[in-house]
Amino acid sequence: MADGGLGIWGVPLAMLAGAIRVSTPFIFVSIGECLTERSGRINLGLEGTLVMGAMSAYGVALGTDSPWLGVLVAAGVGLLMGALHAGICQLPRVNDIATGIGLMLFGTGLAFFLGKPFIQPKAPNLGAIDLGWWSDIPQVRQALQVNYLFVLGIVLAFALAWALQNTRWGMIVRLAGESVDAALAIGVSVGRVRLIATSIGGAFAGIGGAFLSLYYPGSWNEGLSSGQGLMAVALVIFARWDPVRCLWASLLFGAAGAISPALQSIGVTQGYYLFSAAPYVLTLALMIATCSPERSLRGAPGELGAVK
Amino acid sequence: MQQALERIAVPTLALLASAIAFGLLLAVYARVDPLETFALMYQGAFGTWFSWQNTLTRAAPLILTALCTALPARLGFIVIGNEGALVVGGVAGAAAGIATSGASPLVAQLAMAVAAMVMGGLWIALAGALRQWRGVNETISSLLLTYIAIALMNHFVEGPLRDPSSLNKPSTWPIGDANMIGTIPGTDVHWGLVFGIVACLLAWVVLRFTTWGFAMQVIGGNPKTARMMGLDVGRYVLLACAAGGAAAGLAGMVEVAAVHGRANASLAVGYGFAGILVSFLARHHPLAIIPVAVLLGGIGASGGLLQRRLDLPDAAVVVLQGIIFVAILASETLYGRLLPRKREG
Repeated sequence: MADGGLGIWGVPLAMLAGAIRVSTPFIFVSIGECLTERSGRINLGLEGTLVMGAMSAYGVALGTDSPWLGVLVAAGVGLLMGALHAGICQLPRVNDIATGIGLMLFGTGLAFFLGKPFIQPKAPNLGAIDLGWWSDIPQVRQALQVNYLFVLGIVLAFALAWALQNTRWGMIVRLAGESVDAALAIGVSVGRVRLIATSIGGAFAGIGGAFLSLYYPGSWNEGLSSGQGLMAVALVIFARWDPVRCLWASLLFGAAGAISPALQSIGVTQGYYLFSAAPYVLTLALMIATCSPERSLRGAPGELGAVK
Repeated sequence: MQQALERIAVPTLALLASAIAFGLLLAVYARVDPLETFALMYQGAFGTWFSWQNTLTRAAPLILTALCTALPARLGFIVIGNEGALVVGGVAGAAAGIATSGASPLVAQLAMAVAAMVMGGLWIALAGALRQWRGVNETISSLLLTYIAIALMNHFVEGPLRDPSSLNKPSTWPIGDANMIGTIPGTDVHWGLVFGIVACLLAWVVLRFTTWGFAMQVIGGNPKTARMMGLDVGRYVLLACAAGGAAAGLAGMVEVAAVHGRANASLAVGYGFAGILVSFLARHHPLAIIPVAVLLGGIGASGGLLQRRLDLPDAAVVVLQGIIFVAILASETLYGRLLPRKREG
């Protein structure tokens, strides 16, 4: 079947494909940021972590021929970046918003600096699961190429939601995020909880970066990330600090990103770029609707300085 | 006395620590001599008149965008929408320039500056208003507004204002050579530097010597007290946000009218985000912004020389900037603890 033979149906299909392909990094950074923010800290530096993860995963995959080892190393690098952020923010009188932006710059700079030799060579790719075998239509088959990390991301989102709600560990994280006083009263070390939560959040962002360099777009260069790490913060607010809603929001952001090219392919070119603003306008509208001067955002962790 | 000493000692220590960390990275990973690198960086940033001009040109937008964070910070607000205000300012400036292309240069330049400052000001004032009357957190709303600004820029640059002859890099129509604001006589540095310094001086004078500035200090110290004193807090919030946004918007207009000649994606290259850090490093003090911006501009300017002479990736200077930012932000914690207090009681 020729390209465009699907006519108008090409648009939802392209959006589905976009949601599956583009959303994976969003899923990982947003559930990572979600965990971090639930513990009462904001990390604006995940963009730097994401790019560092992408670079280190690519470098390791290139050197060892094993993309999965690359993913593991990316998670480790992300963990270290998260721990660095948490360690610095833990010092008294240090501003976590500014530190996050500083680490964003540091991470992207360091990734481009160390990653210079990896720009040309081609590293092995992470494989995909072919869920479209039943179809004869190439677009459908292509849309249903599902990467393992996408599946892992979905599992992680549900697992995190469950763990935050039902485990002792999850309650401790939420306690640290809701009220430092209450946490101290029962003898929880808020600093340590946030250190762990921020580090794991960083590790997730590192894996998101590995997806970028090892699957889609599947190469390493300086323009690899289109700001997925920065958008994580907006995504988490949009999802009102719930990991499963983070998953839906990531799919939505991924699909929204695919609207414009899909519409263009069927001849709609008006307002093309305005669509890309839709998720942010929606997030802002949501905040305006649910905030009031007396009450902070619904679902927001009480100790999260940035939304007080 | 001790406080003054600390204000010098703490950032010096942080800079020293950054230099050591960066030097280690250079020596161990890139296998170049750190001292030679630093000497070259000095050459590339401040060594010659040529490099000074490069440094100052890079500092100009940082000075202006830093004010976007610094002014609201005086009221206790953390605004990080600098990049967005710069972008909408740049696009509005370009649109005004295109609309007035038949008029005399002075009229066109004024129109561009006013349009950019009004748009930038409104953009950040929106974040301030949402905070004041709806309780929407200004940090997050201003960040969201930045994404919206970039999407709007893409819309105008690719759509209504697009010059069809700009193929590789979609851009607006040019504002025309006659309407470019040009450089300070005798230099290659554009007028944005003067705008920035004047804006900082103005901000300092207002904050330091006027009743307005005093009122802002009261509000920043304790908003509840300020309300009890009968101060109209909302008005000050809007004014501070609008003034900061106007400064960042002006930075966008300068990028258009002094550097690129048209609006395109080159507006959103991170001057706004760097401006946030400049403001934090300067501890939101308008006069301290100028030297901090010059220092960071200098580090940026030295990248080219490092690449040519030592074959270092140009990202090396970004790494150093990042290390410095993080070190100085972390060093905040040392204030009051670095030097032993003598006989406090």
